[in-house]
Amino acid sequence: MTSRRGSHSPAGFGKSLPERGLLLLVLLVLLEGSVLPLGAAGSPDTSHHTKAGNSAGNGTGNVTHKKAFPVLSLDYHHIQTPFEISLWVLLASLMKLGFHLIPRLSGIVPESCLLIVVGLMVGGLIKLAGEEVPPVLDSQFFFLCLLPPIILDAGYFLPIRPFMENLGTILIFAVIGTLWNAFFIGGLLYAVCQIQPANPSNLHQLELLPCLLFGSIVSAVDPVAVLAVFEEIHINELLHILVFGESLLNDAVTVVLYHLFEEFSEVGTVTVLDCVLGIISFLVVACGGVLVGAIYGILAAFTSRFTSHTRVIEPLFVFVYSYMAYLSAEMFHLSGIMALIACGAVMRPYVEANISHKSHTTIKYFLKMWSSVSETLIFIFLGVATVDGKHDWNWTFVTVTVILCLVARVIGVVGLTYMINKFRIVKLTTKDQFIIAYGGLRGAIAFSLGFLLKKELFPLREMFLTAIITVIFFTVFVQGMTIKPLVELLAVKKKQEAKRSINEEIHTQFLDHLLTGIEDICGHYGHHHWKDKLNRFNKKYVKKCLIAGERSKEPQLIAFYHKLEMKQAIELVESGGGVKMPSAMPSTVSMQNIQPKKPPLAKPVERALPQLPKGREEEIRKILRSNLQRTRQRLRSYNRHTLVADPYEDGLGDLLIKKQKMIELEKKIKDMNNYLTVPAAPPDSPTMCRARLASDPQAYHTKSVSDSVPAIQVDLASPQSPDSVNMMDEFRRAGQQQQQQEDQGLTMRPPSRPGEAGGARDPQKLTRCLSDPGPSADEEEDEPFLP
Amino acid sequence: MGASQTRSDHEHQHLTDKTGFSLEQIKNLHKRFQQLSGNEETISKEDLDRIPALANNPIKKQIIGAFFDKRNQHQDEVGSCDEIGFEQFLMVMSHFRPPTLKTTDEEKEAMRKEKLRFLFNMHDTDNDGTITLEEYRKVVEELLSKSGAIGQEAAKAIADAAMLEVASTNVPHMAPDDFYEGITFEHFEQILKGLEMESRMHIRFLDVDTTTMRCGKSTS
Repeated sequence: MTSRRGSHSPAGFGKSLPERGLLLLVLLVLLEGSVLPLGAAGSPDTSHHTKAGNSAGNGTGNVTHKKAFPVLSLDYHHIQTPFEISLWVLLASLMKLGFHLIPRLSGIVPESCLLIVVGLMVGGLIKLAGEEVPPVLDSQFFFLCLLPPIILDAGYFLPIRPFMENLGTILIFAVIGTLWNAFFIGGLLYAVCQIQPANPSNLHQLELLPCLLFGSIVSAVDPVAVLAVFEEIHINELLHILVFGESLLNDAVTVVLYHLFEEFSEVGTVTVLDCVLGIISFLVVACGGVLVGAIYGILAAFTSRFTSHTRVIEPLFVFVYSYMAYLSAEMFHLSGIMALIACGAVMRPYVEANISHKSHTTIKYFLKMWSSVSETLIFIFLGVATVDGKHDWNWTFVTVTVILCLVARVIGVVGLTYMINKFRIVKLTTKDQFIIAYGGLRGAIAFSLGFLLKKELFPLREMFLTAIITVIFFTVFVQGMTIKPLVELLAVKKKQEAKRSINEEIHTQFLDHLLTGIEDICGHYGHHHWKDKLNRFNKKYVKKCLIAGERSKEPQLIAFYHKLEMKQAIELVESGGGVKMPSAMPSTVSMQNIQPKKPPLAKPVERALPQLPKGREEEIRKILRSNLQRTRQRLRSYNRHTLVADPYEDGLGDLLIKKQKMIELEKKIKDMNNYLTVPAAPPDSPTMCRARLASDPQAYHTKSVSDSVPAIQVDLASPQSPDSVNMMDEFRRAGQQQQQQEDQGLTMRPPSRPGEAGGARDPQKLTRCLSDPGPSADEEEDEPFLP
Repeated sequence: MGASQTRSDHEHQHLTDKTGFSLEQIKNLHKRFQQLSGNEETISKEDLDRIPALANNPIKKQIIGAFFDKRNQHQDEVGSCDEIGFEQFLMVMSHFRPPTLKTTDEEKEAMRKEKLRFLFNMHDTDNDGTITLEEYRKVVEELLSKSGAIGQEAAKAIADAAMLEVASTNVPHMAPDDFYEGITFEHFEQILKGLEMESRMHIRFLDVDTTTMRCGKSTS
C-alpha cells in the first residue's frame, strides 16, 4: 500500500500537480476508508481465528500438539483503539495537506466544507463496507478532547485590547442575543407545530419545553465554525472580535439554558422561582467559570516564575494548567469555555515575560497544531456522524427551523445594534450588521449537545438531530461559501496586515496617557482612568509577584522594543547579514543620516582612497558590534563545560549595559566615520585582521580616545585566531554564536570552539534551525496587562 | 441668576457652533471650568497642576502645556499664553470629540488631520514645523520618566530607532551624507496612519452633571 502511495508522490511539479493532488486525495480517502472497516472488523476476525484455533486444537484430542512457533502473527485487537485514533488524525492531516495542493479549490470553498464532504465520503465508505460506523462524535470525546485545544488557542492569542474595548457590545450580543434567539426559535417552532390540527402528525407530541430546549441548542453561534470561516476571509479586527467574542461568551448562556430546560423537561412545568434561579445560575456559571480560569492562570504565571532552570517543561505548564482549568470548570458545570479563555488571557502577559523565547515558540506551535488537528477532526466527524445517524426527516420541522434561525438572527442583530449604537462611540454601520448577522454560524457544539439528549425524555430526538445537522450544513456550506464573495462585494474593510512599528507603539502609549490626563482634567472617571489605575496596580503589585527577576520592573515600551530588536536580530542572521538591522524596509538610511552632523574633520587624504560602499560599511559595523558582544560573553565563561550565557535570559541589566556600550561604540564609529569610509584594504590586510580582533576596540581608532573607550581585556587564551581571513567566517561565527545561545534552552553541551567548528557550520543550516517556517509568523506581541 | 443664565446660554450657543459640542456638554464643561478656576474667568497652569489625579501622569507637563499653546486655537498664532478663558479651554477640548454616525468621510479625514496636528504640536515644542531628534528623544524620555533609571538609558535608543524608522519609511533612499532634518507633519501623518486617530483619540463627554460626583472635586 505504501508503495502505491509512494508512486504518486509529487515527483514532478507544474501543471500536472493539481491532477496528482486530486488523485492523491481520492486515493487516500479510499485507503483510509478501507482500512477503518478492516479495523472495525479486525477484532471479530481475530477472535474467530483464535476460537477456530482452539477448537481445532481440542478436536485433535487431549494430546497437546506443539504448534510451530509463530514467527509472525497479527494481533489487531491489542492496538486497536490507539491505531484507529491515529488513523483518524492521519486522515485529517493528509486531507489538510491535500486541499492546499489543489490551488483553486481552497480559494472557492472554505476548508470546513471540504472536510465535511470528506467526512461524508468516509462515512459512506464505512457504511458501504457494511461495518458499523464508530460513534465518533461521542459527546464525551468531543467536549473533553476535541474542543479544549481550539478554545485554548483562541483564548491564549485573544487580542485583549479590541476585546476589552468592545466587551459591552460582545456581552450584549452573546447574552441577550442568544436568549432572544432561543426563545424566538423555540416559541415559534412550538406554535408552528401546533398549527395543523386536521393533520395530526407526531409533531403534535412536541411540548413547549423540548421546543425551547431545541431552540437553545440551535441558537448558539459556534466558535469552531466561526474561526474556521472567518480566518479565511481576513475581515477587519472589529467585526472579527465581535462575532468571535460572541461565539465564545455565549457558551455560558447555552450551558445554563440547556441544563435549565433539560431539568424542567423532566418535571414539565416552570415557575417564577425557577426563572429567578435560572438567572442566578447564569451569573454563577459565567463568573464562576471566569474565576476558576483566572485562578489557574495566576497559578500558571506564578509557576513560570521559577522555571528558569528547567526551560524544557515550560510549555507543559501552560497546557496542563489550562486543561485543568477547563476540567475543573466542567466538574462544577460551570462554563468551561470561559474558564479556558480567562486562564489563557490572564496568564499570558506574565508567562511570556518569564519563559524563554524557544518555549514561547513551542507553545505557539503546539497550540496551533492541536487546534488545527482538532478543528479538522471535528468537521470530518460531523460528516461521518451525518451518515451514521438514524435520521427522521420531517420537512416542516426542518425547513421552519432553518428559516427561523436566519430570521431570528437578523432581527436580533438589527434590534440589538440599534440599542448598542446609542452607547457606542464607533457606531456599527449597516454593513457591519449584515456581516455580524451573516457570520452567525452553527457548528459541532450544537450537534454534540443534541447528541447528549436522552431518548427517554425526548422521543423526537432523531428529528432534533436531523434538524440540527441541516442547520449546521446550511450555515457552514451556504453562508460559509458565500461570505467571502459578499465581503468583497460589499467592500467591507479588511484586516490591516502591517506590523506594529515602534512609532505606533510609542504613540499608543502616549495617547493612553494623554486621554487619561484629559479625562482627569474634565473631571470624570472614564474608561481610560480605570484602565490606567488597573495598569498601575498591575505594575506595582502583581508583576512583582508573578514575573521573575528584573523583568518585573520593565516598562512596557522597553519590553516591546527589546522584542522587536530580538526579532530583527534573528532576521538579520537568517538573511545572512545583508540587511541593515534596525529597519525592516530596504532603505539606505542609517543612523548617520539622522544624527546631527558634526563639522567634518579636515582630512583630505582619505578622499583619495576609494570609498567603501554603504552596505559594506554596515557589514563592517555589524561585525564589530557583534564581535564586541561575543567577546564579552566568551570572556565571562571560557570554561568549556559551562554554557555561554544567553543575553536575553540573563537579566535586563546586563543587556542594557551592553546596549549602552554599543551605543557609545556607535557614536565612536560615527565619529571615526572617516576611517570606515576609508578601508579599501583587502580582507586579509593587517588592518582588517586587527579590526576583527574585536576584543581590542583600539584597533579601529586612528585617534587615541582610549580613555573613554570601555577597556576590554584581551584574553590571550581567546580562541579567536587572527589567521582567519574569510569574511564569511565572521558571519558563520556570528551565526554560530547565536546558535549556541539559542540552543541553550534545549540541549546542554559545551560550546564548541569557533576555530575548529567554524568551517563545519553553514549559514544555511543556521537558517533552517533558526527560522520559523510557520504559516503566520506575526502574532500579537507583548502587551500591557490592559493594553 | 436669571439674567446671567440667559446671557451665558447665548454665549454657549455661539460656542456650540464653533466647537461642535452640544449645549449640555458645554454647560457641564463650564461647571468644571468654574471649579478648576475657582470661579474666576481664566485658569492658569497652576490651577491645572493642582489636579491630584494628574500627578501620576508621566506626560503631565506636555498636557498642561497643550492647553496654553496658541497653535491649538486654530487662529494661526504661535506661542503660549499664561492664562486661558473658557472659550480657549473648549477649543482644546474639542480636539477630543468622537466622530458620529453622520460624519462623512471628508469630515473624518479633517478630524483626523486636526487630531494629528494636536499631537504634532505637543511634540514640536520649538514650533519650527519639524520634530527633531532631540524633541523626539524628549518625548520618549518623558513617557518613560516614571520608570526610573532603566527608562532613561533605553529612551535614547528607542527614540533613535523610531526616528530611523520614520526616515526609512518616508525617505527610503538617502545618500550617506544626507541629513534627515526632522519629522514633518506629512511624515508624521504617514507613520501614524495605521492608528486611525479619529476613532482612537477621543473621550466620552458626558451629558450628565459631573460636578456632583466625588471625582469632580479638585483641590481648591
